[in-house]
Amino acid sequence: MSSPRAVETSPPGRRRTFEWKDLAFRVGLPVLAMLIAMLIGAAMLLLLKADALQAYAALVAGVFGSVYGFTQSLVKATPLLLVGLGICISFRASVINIGGEGQIIAGALMATWFSLAFREWPGWLLLPATMTMGFFAGAAWGFIPGILKARLRVNEILSTVMMNAIGVQLMNFLLRGPLIDPAGVRAGTFLHQSESLPEQVWLPRLVPQTLLHAGAVIAVVLAIAVYIFLWRTTIGYRIRAVGLNREASRCSGINVPLYQVLSLTLAGGFAGLAGVVEVIGVQHRLLEGITSGYGFSGIVAALFGGLHPLGAIPASWLFGSLLVGADKMQRAVQVPSALIDTVLGLVVMFVVGSTLLSRRRAARRALTAPEN
Amino acid sequence: MADTTIFSLPAAVGILSSAVRLATPYLFAAVGEAIAQSSGVLNLGVDGIMLLGAFASFFVTLSTGSVWLGVLAAMVVGLLMGLLMSVISVTFKAEQGISGIGLYMFGLGLSSLLFKVTVGTVKTVTGFQTVKIPILGDIPVLGEILFQQSLPVYGAFLVVPLAWWFLDRTTWGLKIKAVGHTPAAADSLGVSVVRVRYAGVCLGAVLAGLAGASLSLAMVNLFQENLTAGMGFIAVALVYFGGWRPVTIMGGALLFSFMNALQLWMQVLGVKIPSELAVMLPYVLTIAVLAVGPSPAREPTALNRPFERGEH
Repeated sequence: MSSPRAVETSPPGRRRTFEWKDLAFRVGLPVLAMLIAMLIGAAMLLLLKADALQAYAALVAGVFGSVYGFTQSLVKATPLLLVGLGICISFRASVINIGGEGQIIAGALMATWFSLAFREWPGWLLLPATMTMGFFAGAAWGFIPGILKARLRVNEILSTVMMNAIGVQLMNFLLRGPLIDPAGVRAGTFLHQSESLPEQVWLPRLVPQTLLHAGAVIAVVLAIAVYIFLWRTTIGYRIRAVGLNREASRCSGINVPLYQVLSLTLAGGFAGLAGVVEVIGVQHRLLEGITSGYGFSGIVAALFGGLHPLGAIPASWLFGSLLVGADKMQRAVQVPSALIDTVLGLVVMFVVGSTLLSRRRAARRALTAPEN
Repeated sequence: MADTTIFSLPAAVGILSSAVRLATPYLFAAVGEAIAQSSGVLNLGVDGIMLLGAFASFFVTLSTGSVWLGVLAAMVVGLLMGLLMSVISVTFKAEQGISGIGLYMFGLGLSSLLFKVTVGTVKTVTGFQTVKIPILGDIPVLGEILFQQSLPVYGAFLVVPLAWWFLDRTTWGLKIKAVGHTPAAADSLGVSVVRVRYAGVCLGAVLAGLAGASLSLAMVNLFQENLTAGMGFIAVALVYFGGWRPVTIMGGALLFSFMNALQLWMQVLGVKIPSELAVMLPYVLTIAVLAVGPSPAREPTALNRPFERGEH
């Protein structure tokens, strides 16, 4: 496709002075979108004859009611943030990556296979090597649609969706044969999971008795790194330039296809890393359903954070909390957690819908701003 | 069937007959999506619309016993989802790909939510029965493949020429294509870009609703969470695959469903190939065909571009 499709979430053109009103507007819009979506969710609950207030109270209590609930929200936020960082990079280049699910699987599969294959290696070597390999596997899963887009003009939205389906089937195949837990085979259960990974590759737990692992810290550090990459390096600048105006970028000598491939490859790498931390940080083995839909909800988190790596940090935590709270809500007041999926869908639509308002505001300001 | 091989006549008839039947939801959804895309709107939420349509038709049929009321419910749900998509992507000019993902998540979540609250367990309904067309259905081999199917299957194959006629031979169809290719020109001639795009998206969404109904009422006769398992995304791919032309889209849908039918029958007949790898085949094939397929020259030029009066 040759049409420019800039994902505009912030007014084009940077103003030199920082304005609180600007920040309030940019944070306020998504928060407002969120509130409206939650209200619609409440209305749906009422129609289903459920107590909306009680349901939302259970949701909040699920996160803030216990140390475990709170750490669990951070555990869920970690893969969301990692996927979201990749989304920030690719969407900023106007490359729409829907392939998070497949890329997570690629990373998780690679981490599982690699750490099992080299289980004699010491932890200081095996852990970073596993993470790197997982990153590369996810990157490869993103590179394929990227190169198809650049060379053969295959729409990346479609190819990434296809790569998701291929990833799921590949994982199912491997978990039923080559990677299946030998203990499960001996016991005759044939559970579709891998054997437990060697202990030296497990990410250290940050709080005892919880699942909170070092991956959360790694994700935040990477968020800062991605911010520096996108706004303080030439390559990052070119990625954003390609996203804002493909034609202008081409005319100024930027190799547009190269940066499109690069952005999709990096997006795949970060999603792959999300798969790695799920495997070596939370489950310590590969299970079916390892993605938990993070490939999609990571997009929500990134959009909510304004496609800004630092904005994605609180946004991921918010959506991680929602997911944890939704589980609790389902158990405590029997309101299906699917309610939250529904609300998330509305949030996505409202947030992208509200960009019209910020564009109009930017246009208005450009007209009234004094020349400087 | 111990001695039946994949190359025998009964197996071949079975595979082709399944292929025709399995193409049904893809046809409804992909033809609908082609209409929406022709007007310049990429609706990625087809899968979500299908899911809600499948649930609505299943639920209404379960409670009233009438499949036709079920079909009507699916169309109404499709229309509502189409309106939602239009408001976000046409009126509010949001990025279409992402709005569509939002619509998908909304449909996926809401259909699961409603199913869990209202039905909760696996229940089956009496869906559409096989209708053998007189005379034609008696033709050996061909009759069994083409004319011993249920009504939605016939409906889906009827939608293809209808959509061609609508897009190529009616004023509305030409308006849709004009708005999809050169919205500014259409606008200057007094065609309301907004209204035509609403119509295109909503018509496509009604067909996506029907696709869902055909799945739950003519193929599996039940509903479960994520029943479509990504069929709607395949439908979107088929539109590119078929170059926005209903007839070539039908070819793509048949090719895809043939691969699926082949894969199912290979398992039934015990051909030794891991089923997961067989299921993977159609997706690999789709990517391959997208890569070497028709040039994007026929792509609606304004696809995925919100219309802003005064630009260009």
